[in-house]
Amino acid sequence: MSERTYERLNVFKTYKLYVGGKFPRSESGRVYEVSDAKGNWLANAPLSSRKDARDAVVAARKAFGGWAGATAYNRGQILYRVAEMLEGRREQFVREVADAEGLSKSKAAAQVDAAIDRWVWYAGWTDKIAQVVGGGNPVAGPYFNLSSPEPTGVVVVLAPQESSFLGLVSVLAPVIATGNTAIVIAGEKSPLPALSLGEVLATSDVPGGVVNILSGRTAEIAPPLAAHQDVNAIDLAGADEVLAKELEIAAADNLKRVLRPQSVDNAHWFTTPGTERMTAFLETKTVWHPTGSLGAGGSSY
Amino acid sequence: MPTTASTALPLKDVTTSNSTLRRYLHGLPGVDAVGLEARAASLGTRSIKTTAKAYAIDLAISMVDLTTLEGADTPGKVRSLGAKAVRPDPTDRTAPATAAVCVYPDMVAVAKESVAGSTVKVASVATAFPAGRAALPVKLADVRDAVAAGADEIDMVIDRGAFLAGNYLKVYEEIVAVKEACGASARLKVIFETGELSTYDNIRRASWLGMIAGADFIKTSTGKVAVNATPANTLLMLEAVRDFRAQTGVQVGVKPAGGIRTTKDAIKFLVLVNETAGADWLDNHWFRFGASSLLNDLLMQRQKLTTGRYSGPDYVTVD
Repeated sequence: MSERTYERLNVFKTYKLYVGGKFPRSESGRVYEVSDAKGNWLANAPLSSRKDARDAVVAARKAFGGWAGATAYNRGQILYRVAEMLEGRREQFVREVADAEGLSKSKAAAQVDAAIDRWVWYAGWTDKIAQVVGGGNPVAGPYFNLSSPEPTGVVVVLAPQESSFLGLVSVLAPVIATGNTAIVIAGEKSPLPALSLGEVLATSDVPGGVVNILSGRTAEIAPPLAAHQDVNAIDLAGADEVLAKELEIAAADNLKRVLRPQSVDNAHWFTTPGTERMTAFLETKTVWHPTGSLGAGGSSY
Repeated sequence: MPTTASTALPLKDVTTSNSTLRRYLHGLPGVDAVGLEARAASLGTRSIKTTAKAYAIDLAISMVDLTTLEGADTPGKVRSLGAKAVRPDPTDRTAPATAAVCVYPDMVAVAKESVAGSTVKVASVATAFPAGRAALPVKLADVRDAVAAGADEIDMVIDRGAFLAGNYLKVYEEIVAVKEACGASARLKVIFETGELSTYDNIRRASWLGMIAGADFIKTSTGKVAVNATPANTLLMLEAVRDFRAQTGVQVGVKPAGGIRTTKDAIKFLVLVNETAGADWLDNHWFRFGASSLLNDLLMQRQKLTTGRYSGPDYVTVD
């Protein structure tokens, strides 16, 4: 038999949100046009409303207990699995990043490779961060005094506007590595890599609701999330100065932890990060445990 | 204003024997199941916003029978539930009180004390709740105990075994006897456990049977089985109370119970009430929600409307 040749219909991809492990359209039914760096239409992305944001908080809260309660080792394995899945979809992400940021294929590939390596890096940190920021404290009394870090809770992450994938991964991975659950507001101009990341997370053993990805107008979705009483922290990486101020005021109402935006250039995302983005969303729990007498007479054990 | 059901029973002549009662109940029109579910679903699509939503939330709060029916209920838990019923949102005194607290008979005295001086009533389940598998004298003693302890309302369960076996007269006589044990002071809610009645036709028959026997309220379910209140079976019961009033002049209340957890659900039920039975039933004397977690969601939505920001479970009491 000879190969049949025929003209194929275009198969366009419908980009959808990622909330609670599912891929819903925006509750509002709205979409907006996403174009590449040269202004050519790429796809329609969902234009989320504040109700999508509210649903995402409910999903993130529901997932928090299980994710925070999972062992650090298990979380590390799951994050490493994300890196494995990304590796398999490398070509797709290279194409999406190249379109979104107007990069050459090789430059986009460098971004994607760095992002995959970043997942692996944070996957390694899950069961080591406690030894770095926690530990035994010397105290004046017959006690063991132990501090251990615990996740803050539900964290809203405003993804960086300029670095659509490497920047996104660099702010998201540290949040979930320590056991927080996240609601990500994808970069407004180029949300497609973030929405595709949702598809990777859904197939990587990451429990539904641990990461929730919204696309749309940052200035529309972020304020209700900043004011939301059931959100524990907010990372303002993707907010401009005016928006960041407004969000910080709204966040003060229930004493959310706020990570202010740092002025960074794109090269910044390539440098190996420190632990700051993890420790920003950790709470320290300290336990005093009586030891009995540990004086010169020896231990009572 | 319609009279209450306590005086002369309507449709008395159909209850002379089991066969006349059976003939009457089986003579009721059959239920179009597909049409019923489609109607209930279409009424659930109404969009209730802003001031109408605020009104609906306050109305729904005032209709809640705040319920705790656990083996692990302690006097302390019942007291905290009573306090919550009287003042659901301690941070906002404009939030209305709920309609009642609903407890087991042995907790009635504690509940009564905890809501003293307020408009909140005390409802007690009785008659060997939730299974209803006990002899009639035991069930009646259960009811008398609860009434003596001060219960304003009695939630009884029907004998589903007798109903499904076609022994309608036994079910009827039991309801009449319980109604008598309630005396003049307590209103009687009759629970059908719709999830165990299998068909919509049975729910319609049970509704009429309960109303003929003198129920002040007909109630969907105990909350203890897999299927509880659904929009469809509540719609069916609302049609029954509407038709019953048209036929006899007696108004009967409806109480869906179990499985209603969100404000959105509650508002859908209120739409059903308004569109089916009518505005006369939009009052906590004639419509109730049997629920426990629903109240917290209503309060969070209420806080959202008054403050403009989404609230969270950290800002309502855990009961």
